[in-house]
Amino acid sequence: MSASVANLLFLYAPIVVLMVFSFNASRLSAGWQGLTLQWYRLLLEDEALRLAVQNSLVVAVVSTVVATGLGVCAAVGLERHPFRGREVVEGALLLPLVIPEIMMGVSLMLLFLLVNLPLGLITVTIGHAAFNVPIVLVIVRARLRKLDPSLEEAARDLGATSWQAFRGVTLPLLMPAVAGSVLLAFTISLDDFIVTFFTAGPGSTTLPLYVYSMVKSGVTPAINALSAILVLVSMALIGASLALQRR
Amino acid sequence: MAESSVELRDVSKRHGDTLAVDRVSLVIRRGEFFAILGPSGSGKTTILRMLAGFESPDAGDILIDGRSVRGVPPNRRSVNLVFQTYALFPHLTVAGNIAFGLEMRRVPAAEIAARVAEALDMVRLQGKQDRLPAQLSGGEQQRVALARALVNRPAVLLLDEPLGALDQQLRMDMQVELKTIQERVGLTFICVTHHQEEALTMSDRVAVMRQGRLLQVGSPRDIYEAPQSAFVANFIGRSNSLTGRIETVNGLRCTLRAADLPAAALVAATCPAGAGIGSPATLMLRPERLHLSADVQVDGYDNMLPARVCKAIYNGSETQYLLALSDRLSWQVLVPNVGNGQKRFQPGESVFLRWRADDAVVMPE
Amino acid sequence: MNLEVLSPDRRVSVRAVLVPRRPGLLLLPALVWLGLFFFVPLALMLAISFAWRGTYGGVEWTLSLANYVNVLDPLYLKVFLRSVLLAAVTTAVCLVLGFPIAYYIARLPARRQGIWLLLVMIPFWTNFLVRTYAWIFILRTEGLVNTVLISLGLIGSPIDVLYTETAIVIGLVYGYLPFMILPLYAAVERLPPSLVEAAWDLYASRWAVLRRVIVPLTKPGLVAGCILVFIPSLGAFMTPDLMGGARTMMIGNLIQHEFLVARDWPFGSAISLVLMALVLLGLAIYLRVEGAGKRPATEWMSR
Repeated sequence: MSASVANLLFLYAPIVVLMVFSFNASRLSAGWQGLTLQWYRLLLEDEALRLAVQNSLVVAVVSTVVATGLGVCAAVGLERHPFRGREVVEGALLLPLVIPEIMMGVSLMLLFLLVNLPLGLITVTIGHAAFNVPIVLVIVRARLRKLDPSLEEAARDLGATSWQAFRGVTLPLLMPAVAGSVLLAFTISLDDFIVTFFTAGPGSTTLPLYVYSMVKSGVTPAINALSAILVLVSMALIGASLALQRR
Repeated sequence: MAESSVELRDVSKRHGDTLAVDRVSLVIRRGEFFAILGPSGSGKTTILRMLAGFESPDAGDILIDGRSVRGVPPNRRSVNLVFQTYALFPHLTVAGNIAFGLEMRRVPAAEIAARVAEALDMVRLQGKQDRLPAQLSGGEQQRVALARALVNRPAVLLLDEPLGALDQQLRMDMQVELKTIQERVGLTFICVTHHQEEALTMSDRVAVMRQGRLLQVGSPRDIYEAPQSAFVANFIGRSNSLTGRIETVNGLRCTLRAADLPAAALVAATCPAGAGIGSPATLMLRPERLHLSADVQVDGYDNMLPARVCKAIYNGSETQYLLALSDRLSWQVLVPNVGNGQKRFQPGESVFLRWRADDAVVMPE
Repeated sequence: MNLEVLSPDRRVSVRAVLVPRRPGLLLLPALVWLGLFFFVPLALMLAISFAWRGTYGGVEWTLSLANYVNVLDPLYLKVFLRSVLLAAVTTAVCLVLGFPIAYYIARLPARRQGIWLLLVMIPFWTNFLVRTYAWIFILRTEGLVNTVLISLGLIGSPIDVLYTETAIVIGLVYGYLPFMILPLYAAVERLPPSLVEAAWDLYASRWAVLRRVIVPLTKPGLVAGCILVFIPSLGAFMTPDLMGGARTMMIGNLIQHEFLVARDWPFGSAISLVLMALVLLGLAIYLRVEGAGKRPATEWMSR
């Protein structure tokens, strides 16, 4: 019990400290000099930040749509239609989950440079869609596996065609998982740093890249403020994703 | 050495809001096969877990071999448990499972080998020592669990619903075998069960529990033939009951006027201690102690009541009759099927029920 | 999508996509996408790793093992060794921290398990950059720890933890601890409590119960957790970049350096592929222990 509480402390203290100090008036950050909202105000006025947020949202929306379409189809294909070599195909589709992300980023960069596709929002989006496909696939497939196959069989038995059975029975039951994976993919895309780092070009700075450059150039309370906002946004999104998957 | 193997002194244990064990005192003798019998939630498993050391009493004390085991963890108690689910280690072979306790106590390897072989022999699993638990049948797993505990020669061997997971035939065979093994090794066995037949056949003494309390302790015969409460009478075996008021008392005998019988019917019975005229009482009567006849006969039976056959159920060794004594009272009777032109009664037939006064037990309310 | 308003012909075509005669069609889009943007780039990298660096960066196509020989240079070998070491230490720390909490959660009543798992996961959902920054904020010379310790008079001058290997391990452990806890939790949860009690009843001390029963029976979870922490730690880039210094370079930093600073793509590719070989080696060990892939490594993700 006490070890678990110590563990939780280790997990939470840094984030809480970060958020608390986003209200600290001191520019040097470590000593407490009173409450202020000036760092949040500073963020509001930051034009480059606004652009980065916009870029992040565009990339996240487009890559999530693509990844969800590809991932859901693949999950149904893998789970509902057994075929020879299924394990190999599954392994191949899930491989991006276990390969170090930096390899994905670097190799994509090589591809884009060699085919002369200028690095920018398009290349970033392509990369994000690629690493999100297996994530959607895993979640939707897990749900499919839990569904009782006799439900669809019952629908067939009651006279439904296989399409009607899928559309009328399986798909509605699958929707929570699909919605959950949409939210998760969206969040992962918003948060991604490494693949973005290697596939972004001038003008396609996303939010994490912006935070990175801020951190690189020195610790300021504005980063705390921005971090605090990001913490809350991520938690809200993932919380919603979990709630949907659980239904 | 103390005479008692296990002693519980006023032991209580609370689980959340419920009193799982309520001031239980109990002495279990050395070398005895003792059964704790009760429905689920009666606290019998909690007692077992306290003896094994997985739980500790909130109040009272437990003595094993005359010494308090308060604060002694399970691994320092000379007590071994045969788990209800067997809890065999799936990654160890049969021999590995049986040797586990000896290895933990750093018994020399040569002795371990000898004792494991002996234990395998005792539970008749020779040649299966290299199997994994998953490769064994339910009955074999049960034997491994038993051998794994026996091999340590504990002061007390605990069995948690030992035969619960076995099918009927195997269960009856194992009842006899468990008893045989216990007699051979001479260890104290404490067996927790909700299965009354198991408790009666295997044990020297039985304790009946309900809602954390100990209701009655005695030999299987005592428990069956002289239940001290309606619960015990009904939980162990089948029982017919009759409620009424005591009408007359004459030394050891009394008569009972039943509420559910015609006013003229008086029932003769053995008088319970402390019963006075007019006090309410319940009479309990085993179905096999009743005799049926088509005509009025008075040949040494103290009681006779008319009844109507509602249903006759043929069970092989016996026939079970359901009888209506009045609109509100129905009893069952078991008649052994002995053949030889035995009279069979049909539903609707009128019959007479007869029994001896001392075959019934009367309990004051 | 309202199918009723579509013409019969159109409905047939939608049907043909989702319930095709050849189920392979459902898999095709995902396979094509990942083929083009995951496998082709990896193949390209493999090809480039045998090439030479062009005069102005870029690639001069040849077939040479020079880049791989170059990896064996003590300078780079040291980076590899440091990475393996730091990843191993991170894994060990995660194991020591994660096992008690995973065990504790798995033994709670089912209803409270969910809450605790959520508590463990919540920090993990926060952007990795933000979490890394949090530790920088705490550990740096003018950071919270030093400020508090100095003002309490416990230390005279600041402790320099940031930009050391210790800082990297702290950052990585903080980043990947849930990867350890979740599979361990899943494994312990499947372990019947009666087995632990049985061992205890059979005279095993707590240490013996752990060593003889719990560890062997939760091995798949243990190995999965270790692999899930070790792989991303080995390929870490951001944590050592932000929390480490010039002398604590890891493979990820080396790769980034070769591609973006030195512009030596072939050598960078060779390093990446050696990294991938190390990762696949780890996976092979995992699959062996797991036994014929009974439970995919990714199973816990769907929990």
